[in-house]
Amino acid sequence: MKRVKRRYLLLKVEAERMPDEREFLDSVWGAVGKLYGEVGSSLTGLALIEYDAEKNLTIVRTELAALGMVRAALASITSVAGEAAAVHVTAVSGTIKSLHER
Amino acid sequence: MKKTFADLHLRANLKNRESAKRLITKAAELGYSMVAVPLSPEARQEELAWLRATCKEAGVDFVSRVDLRPRSQNEVLRLLRKIRRRFEIVCVSCESKEVARQAAKDRRVDLLSFPALDWRQRFFDRAEAELASGGLAELEVDVKPILALEGRVRVRLLSCLRREVAVAREFHIPIVLSSGAGEMILLRMPREMAALAGLFGLAEAVAAVSRVPADLVRRNRLKLGSGFVAPGIRVVREGSDC
Repeated sequence: MKRVKRRYLLLKVEAERMPDEREFLDSVWGAVGKLYGEVGSSLTGLALIEYDAEKNLTIVRTELAALGMVRAALASITSVAGEAAAVHVTAVSGTIKSLHER
Repeated sequence: MKKTFADLHLRANLKNRESAKRLITKAAELGYSMVAVPLSPEARQEELAWLRATCKEAGVDFVSRVDLRPRSQNEVLRLLRKIRRRFEIVCVSCESKEVARQAAKDRRVDLLSFPALDWRQRFFDRAEAELASGGLAELEVDVKPILALEGRVRVRLLSCLRREVAVAREFHIPIVLSSGAGEMILLRMPREMAALAGLFGLAEAVAAVSRVPADLVRRNRLKLGSGFVAPGIRVVREGSDC
């Protein structure tokens, strides 16, 4: 079987109050689900790798083929846990190590 | 070479200078190196000077832009005669078919914009595109409604935009992707804007936030420069030895 290519995205969350991990994840899945539905969401292979609210450091993983979908879904987030928020992708990499080096 | 990203529709509220300054600074932080704030035709020189200074302080290139909301064909012509040489970008908000057609064929118009909420007022069809292909007008698409709307209304908007993008591609009309944001929370990075444009099938989305708006500004600055004579002709040197 062909190996699945993945990408790791370094995110920056902008909100008045930093959401907790569960709230953040709910809003990401909510945005992906709203834009692409359940079948589309299942193709993204989205997973939360790291979430540090204090350092505002978030890393998510996605399949390379769904990178555009995930970027659009993350950009479409306007609120997290009922509060205005924005999620910016600051870097994309093939390994977690290189993301940490940035 | 590093790309120049431009947001030609940053809706800063000039009545609140602090928030306008924060919005421009945020745009610079997100990676834009060229921004335009829409002004009314009655904009004062003092407002332009303040914007220019604020953008310089934030490290972005300021582009003067005027948004026209004419109600008739004659008003389009009258307003264009009055303001064309005062602003680098002229955008016409087309709220009727008559205005849309006139704006599309007039070579003094740079951007055509259509209301996002009422799909019946989006007049960018094949006839409009054919007229625009003979002029210089480009289609402006704002990302803000995609972020602000939800459900059925957003579905309708995305479907309209998909159709317009296909028509624009057929007639070689360039598309400019702008934020249309008036609040910092609705500003997105250039590549995020491009990703959102993928939702309505804009394949050349990165160019729509970089090369296309930058070329438009460059072309108009050349035209407004003192040496411009006609398209393709400009004064290079003056004097008795020429």
